[in-house]
Amino acid sequence: MIIADKKPIQEIIDQVSNYERILVLGCNECVTVCEAGGKKEVEILASVLRMHFLKEGQERKIDERTLERQCDHEYLEEIRDVIDQYDAVLSLACGVGVQFTAEKYLTTPVLPGVNTCFLGANEQRGMWTERCQACGECVLGKTAGICPISRCAKRVMNGPCGGSTNGKCEINSEVDCAWQLIIDRLKALGRMEDYEIVAPIKDWSTERAGGPRKVVREDVQV
Amino acid sequence: MRLKCPADFRIIRLPCTGKIDVIHMLRAFERGADGVYVVGCMEGDCHFNTGNFRARKRVEQTARLLDAVGVGGERVQMYNLSSGEGPLFAKYANEMDQRIRELGPSPIREAIRKRKLAA
Repeated sequence: MIIADKKPIQEIIDQVSNYERILVLGCNECVTVCEAGGKKEVEILASVLRMHFLKEGQERKIDERTLERQCDHEYLEEIRDVIDQYDAVLSLACGVGVQFTAEKYLTTPVLPGVNTCFLGANEQRGMWTERCQACGECVLGKTAGICPISRCAKRVMNGPCGGSTNGKCEINSEVDCAWQLIIDRLKALGRMEDYEIVAPIKDWSTERAGGPRKVVREDVQV
Repeated sequence: MRLKCPADFRIIRLPCTGKIDVIHMLRAFERGADGVYVVGCMEGDCHFNTGNFRARKRVEQTARLLDAVGVGGERVQMYNLSSGEGPLFAKYANEMDQRIRELGPSPIREAIRKRKLAA
């Protein structure tokens, strides 16, 4: 899922300070699971903002709403009737949700309430780690289910590099060497012969380097 | 035991302190409470294992948020005691009451009062 992290309260206050009527808009998907922008976080942030402006002696209307998703037209349509009641939307969705909301409601400023970080997994309670960089051409089948693109600092396709020491990466002694993990898993799977196959030069045009991407699926279009 | 407790605090019963959430404490402040304290079981004695630890984390998070908006994180506190410690319950109530009196009214309470006067 998409992992996001909370923005500092002060940054959010600075962003919304010029608006009188604000809608704090959460998202029920990824940001709910990573506890950054779901219904609970919307309630907390709205409450904190209300208290801040009340304390400053400023009258503000700060309402709360959480949509099923902010990256789908049908759910975003749910706020069409009320959007004109607000001067700004503070979206706690990922960057996708913020942009999609902004595209849909052109005359209302949509502000980001979280920092969108990466595609990751919930490794343990309160800790999320990166697992995918959406490169558009998955190689996990060849690398024993461990991604050298997202988990190797150099994105080396035929590793490890010389910076791997005792299974750790040279960038940080707490970061596992992805290629060490790949080799260990290939051994466990009895597939070490796969390690001998030299990976060809990766086509990075499907990655972000090729510009904004698009998936068109005619089979599901109506 | 006829223990003396301050008269101006309200007890809200929970099935377990693990039930409390940050928003419950924030709402109390938003409505003008001067302080909130949570009294849970002794650490390690939770019937649900981690209820009181979760509550402590949430109290700490609430304190950080209250600090961020200038209400003051010292207005929330987590206490632990066992169900047989009535005198300690009274002591904590007096301690919190004393602390809040020293801090004075919450700025939110003051702001609500001013708004009512202006209306």
